[in-house]
Amino acid sequence: MNSISRATSNETIIEIQGYKPASKFKKIVPNIIIFYLPLTAVLIFVLLPFLWALSTSFKTQPDILNTAASFIPHPFTFENYHSVWSVNKFSVFFKNSIFISLASTIFILILSVANGYAISRYQFRGKSSFLVVLLSTQMMPVMLFIIPLFLVFKSLGLINTPLAIIIFYIVTQVPFNTLLMKGFIDAIPKEIDEAAMVDGAGRFRVIFGIIMRIILPGIVATSSFAFIGCWNEFLVAFSFITSDQNFTIPIGLKFMIGEYSVDYGSLAAGSMIGLIPPILMFAYIQKYLVDGLGSGSVKG
Amino acid sequence: MNGKLFKVNGDRFVPYALIAPTIISILLIMFFPVFKVFQLSFQNYSFAQPYNNGFVGLKNFVDIFTKDPLFFKSLLTTVKWVGWEVVLQLVFGLMVALLLNREFKGRGLVRSLVLVPWAVSGILTTMLWSLMFNQSIGIINVIFKHLGFIKTDIAWLANTHTVFGSVVVAELWRGIPFFAIMLLAALQTIPKDVYEACEVDGCGNVKRFFYITLPFLKESIIFSTLLRGIWEFNSIDMIFTMTNGGPMNMTTTLPIYMFQTSILQGNYGYGSALGVVTFILLLIFVIFYLRLNRSGGLNK
Repeated sequence: MNSISRATSNETIIEIQGYKPASKFKKIVPNIIIFYLPLTAVLIFVLLPFLWALSTSFKTQPDILNTAASFIPHPFTFENYHSVWSVNKFSVFFKNSIFISLASTIFILILSVANGYAISRYQFRGKSSFLVVLLSTQMMPVMLFIIPLFLVFKSLGLINTPLAIIIFYIVTQVPFNTLLMKGFIDAIPKEIDEAAMVDGAGRFRVIFGIIMRIILPGIVATSSFAFIGCWNEFLVAFSFITSDQNFTIPIGLKFMIGEYSVDYGSLAAGSMIGLIPPILMFAYIQKYLVDGLGSGSVKG
Repeated sequence: MNGKLFKVNGDRFVPYALIAPTIISILLIMFFPVFKVFQLSFQNYSFAQPYNNGFVGLKNFVDIFTKDPLFFKSLLTTVKWVGWEVVLQLVFGLMVALLLNREFKGRGLVRSLVLVPWAVSGILTTMLWSLMFNQSIGIINVIFKHLGFIKTDIAWLANTHTVFGSVVVAELWRGIPFFAIMLLAALQTIPKDVYEACEVDGCGNVKRFFYITLPFLKESIIFSTLLRGIWEFNSIDMIFTMTNGGPMNMTTTLPIYMFQTSILQGNYGYGSALGVVTFILLLIFVIFYLRLNRSGGLNK
């Protein structure tokens, strides 16, 4: 709400400037140059790759190779989607990606809420060291520990299992989500916990029943971040997963480029399939992302 | 009173129980491997020559600094990569944030569209932009030929002169929304009365930007530039899948070099040493950056 009123106030300032006599026309021309033109350029730059891939995904091979490039497929075909889904096994990769991302997200949420509650509600020895540990994990490059982790997982027999990457996603994403959860829980008055406990609720029920329900909107947003993060992850999945039965979508796409003859239509169709879940989630959390960051964690 | 005291004592272990799973998994999955990578960096540990495996002291580090021209080339490429990406993403991200902060019809939809590459993974960026850059089916050659920029088709990703710039543009596409989101959030926290006061004093658009907007954004800019710098320094997905460091190592950054040495060639000892050196360089950069800002070096 704040954002809207503030943005409107910006606009009124601009309008006040425009109230000098006979300047209505003068206002439109600069507006086109400093606002609509750049905005259109940005939109074209952002959307062109999506539109080109979308158009390619519906084209037949000769149409794709046609030098008179056109955005309208002629003839229009679903063949690429069909072939990537069944021949290139994207049905399997899609299932794997959904399973791995969902499982990771659920554990990330549970652990982050537990940590967030502990940090928000208790003073305990080692609390500040815990925070330092959480923050330091955010700086460590994956490249640094991927080698030993690969060797450890290998000796445990976890290489080429979904479990290996699920564990990895949980551990790498919990610290950041913990800090977000702490922010949400801080905003809830302690009296609510106390009232519930007077009524006979245990600590466990307070955290995972009552608190979690109150911060549900925040949880939905953060779990979307977590899900997108897991869905998009490439490096670790590529290093730890070796057989195509366990591939996630990013790995499936990577191996499609590596194949001898490049089937651009299927490549584009596979990309579109991989894009759908993160884009849908982004559309949902976009407003929260912009407004929430402003009011919360990274105040300017 | 007594009852409450007792309860507080009984609660003493609750926070530890809540954070225990996270602490244990971070120690096992992140800290132990980092310890291990330091250990590995003092060893010969290679799948290709297992008979040479063993402790070799500082040999790997000495080799890196005395016998490895590719290390210095990668370091230079990394610096170039981080520099270009952070500066261009900041400039364009700020521009996009200012555009999207204005009130206009359909702002919600335009915001979603412009910011959506934020949710797109490195591998999908590779997919979309490979279809754009492709010599025979790419749209970029078509557009540039129409505009008269080029006469013959260019293989953007295979040409040593164009590959670095092409990869930079593709990463920009994905990185600009990050800055736009962070800065847009910060823009919304600027109180409107500051603008009004400025208005009363008769300052124009340019003055308003340099005397109000920019100072208010300073903290956010410092924070997001640092985050992005670390992130771009470590980033590997897109470069690895788009060019794999080629052609002629024109796009081999340190993480790419390390990934190729260790995971792809199985030379874990040398790869670990590269990882340690890379991490220390990153650490030096971060400390230097924070010092510079604390002492006000970026103020004027």
